[in-house]
Amino acid sequence: MNARLIGWITGIALLLALPPLMQAMGQLYYIDLVRRIMILAIAAVSLNLILGYGGLVSFGHAAYLGIGGYAVGILAFYGITSGWAHLAVAIGASALVALAIGAVCIRTSGIYFIMITLAFTQMLYYLAVSVAEYGGDDGLRLKIHSRFPLIDLADPVTSYYVVLVVMLLCVYLVYRIINSRFGMALRAAKSNEARARALGFSPYPYRLTAFVIAGAMCGLAGVLYANHTAYIAPGFMSWLQSGELMFMVILGGMASTAGPVLGTFALLLVEEVLKGWTEHWQVILGPLLVLSVIFFRRGLAGIFYKPDA
Amino acid sequence: MTLGLVFEQLLNGLQYGVMLFLMAAGLTLVFGIMNLVNLAHGSLFMMGAYFAIAAAQWTGNYAAGVVLGLAGALVLGMLVEVTALRPLYERDHLDQVLATFGLILFFNELVAIIWGRAALYAALPSWLRGSIPLFTGSRYPYYRVVVLAVGLIVALWLWYMVTRTRLGMLVRAGASNRAMVAALGVNIRLLYTVVFGVGAALAGLAGLMAGPVFVVQPGMGELILIQVFVVIVIGGIGSVRGALVGAVIVGVIDTMGRAFLKPMLATMLSASAAEKAGPALASMLIYLLMAAVLTFRPQGLFGSRG
Repeated sequence: MNARLIGWITGIALLLALPPLMQAMGQLYYIDLVRRIMILAIAAVSLNLILGYGGLVSFGHAAYLGIGGYAVGILAFYGITSGWAHLAVAIGASALVALAIGAVCIRTSGIYFIMITLAFTQMLYYLAVSVAEYGGDDGLRLKIHSRFPLIDLADPVTSYYVVLVVMLLCVYLVYRIINSRFGMALRAAKSNEARARALGFSPYPYRLTAFVIAGAMCGLAGVLYANHTAYIAPGFMSWLQSGELMFMVILGGMASTAGPVLGTFALLLVEEVLKGWTEHWQVILGPLLVLSVIFFRRGLAGIFYKPDA
Repeated sequence: MTLGLVFEQLLNGLQYGVMLFLMAAGLTLVFGIMNLVNLAHGSLFMMGAYFAIAAAQWTGNYAAGVVLGLAGALVLGMLVEVTALRPLYERDHLDQVLATFGLILFFNELVAIIWGRAALYAALPSWLRGSIPLFTGSRYPYYRVVVLAVGLIVALWLWYMVTRTRLGMLVRAGASNRAMVAALGVNIRLLYTVVFGVGAALAGLAGLMAGPVFVVQPGMGELILIQVFVVIVIGGIGSVRGALVGAVIVGVIDTMGRAFLKPMLATMLSASAAEKAGPALASMLIYLLMAAVLTFRPQGLFGSRG
């Protein structure tokens, strides 16, 4: 228990110290890189809520990253720059879409669930591709960042700390959710659905609620991601992105608090190293991922402690 | 929107449908019998197309390219099954999805290394290049008719294999109770490898036939794979008949939607609104259909699962 606390404190201290260190060394690229990793970690944390704790294998989580991103892009396109408006629309739209997709998907289970979440996300992807007004296939460049009072997201270091704080809040929020009565019901439905039903509750509303929360949180990550790249494209919600998000959760260790964050750092840093070696880094990453699935079953968090069931 | 045009697009839809069926049949059999989710099925589709192009260039003969492309997909499928997928049978679907996702990254990049990222176009021999007259007065490419015929013949062959032969009996038995089939002394591992190989060859066949119609490029497999998922969800998992019906429905609706939705909307809305909404709605059509099927029949049209 204490080791875990020390791990958290060290990790946060490192992340806090990174920008001044990198500025001193003149390596500004790494501030951008870690900021991007932390944004995707938020998405992974949200996916872990339904995948790790809820047992819902969503192969379409990148959809909400895209919805959050497009909310910012489209509002900015019409000259609305208020960050609060961006947040409200992004989170609201993500939650609504998650509600619609979840309502259909959660009626099914197993392989159906995987294929349907993937198919619906692909539908949104094609929708983004075919709407030429917002860039279509080429995407949309953001002219301005989301504007907040006192905070300037265009400044790389400020936005780095904003992302760090949001990520920690999301980790904490998921931690509180899964340890609440609601979270216990969600986990109970995952570990034994029949028993959960026998106890007198139907898993469906719990799963759907978790699905909507996860979608909304991922939409928030999408807002940050659009501000990070100053650009949005259908690729935000490609099936590759969804697959990567799943890998982040699995590599880190499903159903653990720190797992998705660790997994995101691990996957994206490995990608970064491979990209430095060769343009064809995916030809190495692919087999690495296969091997990690076959041999590295408990994920990074599993090294430190046993994930709860 | 003349009758001739509608008929022509209907043929296009059917032809796309049989291609989807070739993919869906392999995927649904593998899932039904081995309980394995194989995302890399799209990669086998792509490899079939590339193998056929490479072999046709190498031998200078289209037919040799087809044969070698098929053989290549078959061998590659068996190789993938033995090396990468065997450890995954006992795992849950999540692990299978993730591992085969890794395979997709590998194959897409491998193809980019060997053949480059640019799209290749498969050349047709002169005896496949002509066109035949339709009763409506217009002409239809001969090759597309051949694709349609090959797809129907394979569907018929598959139906015969599954329902009328000993191998098909084992396949059906394996799908309903794996442990029992193994206990009766059937080499279930070999059966798995054979079924997977046949599925791979069917995907390869779809790929090499798609070559001259669509573009051949890295990632081509995933575009069709996700539509194949829609086919399987609509048809019902594990059912070859469901795969056929689902494939024809999806193929026809997708093709007709892309061809006629815009002009149809234009009669109801303003031209500019139709211009915007038409393509978007057309690309979403089959997914909306899938949602509708799921709402009324969650197990798919021919699914047996309750």
